[in-house]
Amino acid sequence: MEPVADPPLTDSPGPEVPAVIEARDLTAAFGSNVLFRHVSFDVRRGEVFVILGGSGCGKSTLLKLMIGLVPPAQGKVDILGTDIWATQGAARLDLLKRIGVMWQQGALFGSQTLLENVEMPLAEHTTLPPDARREVARAKLGLVGLSAAADQLPSEISGGMLKRAGIARALALDPPILFLDEPSAGLDPVTSAGLDELIRDLSRSLGTTFVVVTHELASILAIGDRCIMLDKGAKGMIAEGDPRELRDHSTHPVVQAFFLRKAA
Amino acid sequence: MRSGTLADSLQVQEGQDGRVVSLSGRLDTPAAASLWTSLMAEARKPGAPLVLDLAAVEAVDTTGATLLLTAQSAAEGGRIENASPGVVAVLDRVRDALAAPRPKVVPYRFSPLSGIGRRVVNALRGGVESLAFLGELLINALGTLIRPGRLRARELLRHLDEAGTRAFGLAVLLGSLLGVILAFQSAIPLRQFGAEVFVPSLVGISLLRELGPLMAGVVLAGRTGSAYAAELGTMTVNEEVAALRIMGIDPMALLVLPRVLAGILVMPVLSLVLTLAGLVGMAIVMALLGFQMTTVAQQLTNFVSLKDLMGGLFKAAVFGLAISVVGCRAGLGAGRGPRAVGDAATAAVVGGIVAIVVLDGAFAVLYERLGL
Repeated sequence: MEPVADPPLTDSPGPEVPAVIEARDLTAAFGSNVLFRHVSFDVRRGEVFVILGGSGCGKSTLLKLMIGLVPPAQGKVDILGTDIWATQGAARLDLLKRIGVMWQQGALFGSQTLLENVEMPLAEHTTLPPDARREVARAKLGLVGLSAAADQLPSEISGGMLKRAGIARALALDPPILFLDEPSAGLDPVTSAGLDELIRDLSRSLGTTFVVVTHELASILAIGDRCIMLDKGAKGMIAEGDPRELRDHSTHPVVQAFFLRKAA
Repeated sequence: MRSGTLADSLQVQEGQDGRVVSLSGRLDTPAAASLWTSLMAEARKPGAPLVLDLAAVEAVDTTGATLLLTAQSAAEGGRIENASPGVVAVLDRVRDALAAPRPKVVPYRFSPLSGIGRRVVNALRGGVESLAFLGELLINALGTLIRPGRLRARELLRHLDEAGTRAFGLAVLLGSLLGVILAFQSAIPLRQFGAEVFVPSLVGISLLRELGPLMAGVVLAGRTGSAYAAELGTMTVNEEVAALRIMGIDPMALLVLPRVLAGILVMPVLSLVLTLAGLVGMAIVMALLGFQMTTVAQQLTNFVSLKDLMGGLFKAAVFGLAISVVGCRAGLGAGRGPRAVGDAATAAVVGGIVAIVVLDGAFAVLYERLGL
């Protein structure tokens, strides 16, 4: 696992910061149905990188492709210098231990308490003694503001808490990269803003790199250092850069429609 | 001054300020795991205050920070010194996380009496709810008799197919094997008395009156009762049942009645298929034992009557009612979360099998009293 050396305390990492993810010429297709083609981008260490776009443009597929769940029809993804689709066995497991994923619905195990959910990766992949594991798991839940709910089952907590618990479990092994799939979906504006604040907070204090898939405009502008935008019509990437600059200066009609919430 | 090494990156020195533990390198999760026991043991030692010197620490992750802060709080007068700004940022974040209020630990109290009482009350409440469910079903069934259009014929046909025709293969397999086993096992003791010829009547009565309906009931509970519970349980968990209620559609009429009706209609057929397959299996064994088919048929007609068949089929229909009601009730009463569906399916199978065994006992007494 790559620990964070002097995490960046600035708002946005500069272009000189090395890339932790390099996606090159990615094409995703289900049979003859091409979702997107020739998508290339870099994600730099310590930044909050947002993948945005309208419904059905392939945002979640791109995320699954990056974490090794859906194979690309073409192209490659290097995570921390290793092609995720070229590694197998122990090397792939080592790579997977260096990324964390928060799923859209939390994907917590319903029969286990939040503490046990967070403890599970620690028990599986570390040699921490049991009392230490519990203490570390409590710290992770504390990081997302769920200390008091540690002994509750996922069925006993709200949607916003489920997402926070999902982040705590994704943080269990302190991965340098966290992938978040639609963190704000289905949440009220206040809970959503709280989650955005948490992502920024963790990014600043821990130096974790976040790759966030979302179409929530407020979240994109609140947390995103850089973003790419996918478009269903163009079947590919139509914009890349600072989301605030895209909002203010992009001349692409789909990008303008997205940021100005207009029908395209 | 004493100097020693607890781990590769951990140095302990005793000086005027206390015990100084010098850490170096990267304190990530694997490093924290290897240092945890030794550093905590050092922290808990009585005596001079513990100073954690992080001057040579390049970076920490949150697990490493948890170790440092836990060791600091475990030691008397523990201090963390010389941390770089990046390390301080992580330490501050984790310190806040660890300081957050934790759930109160509720001490476990062993109270068997209240536990038994709670179980009895829950069982009684469950019984009352089951009676209410049956009552609601009965009212719905009577309402459907008055307005037959309420019953969705396509739903009924789907359930008849799923619970019935798709289970015929399994019923034939189980029935024929059951007939073979019963014939072989009963032939062994009867041979000692030269009474092997009575095997067909013994197996015939057993299958028609008892084993046919009972085994068909086990098949229905395992295949269909659990499927009803899982399907309705998933619908309950996904709030589909609540949505039906809000739309003014009675889930009892839409979901439960077709399933229960299918259970009642399909069980006698399933029982008959299983029984006939069992008789064929028995006939094969008798042929192997050297008996003519005419002898087997004569034995069956001499000892097995129509009332055995009809009694068995009626019993099977009641079993079908019980299994489908138990399955539907388990599904509609499912709790929240994915575990609820599994619990509902288990409750349906266990409840269904217990129900048919209890009903079978009741039928044995009833038929004996009625002279059937």
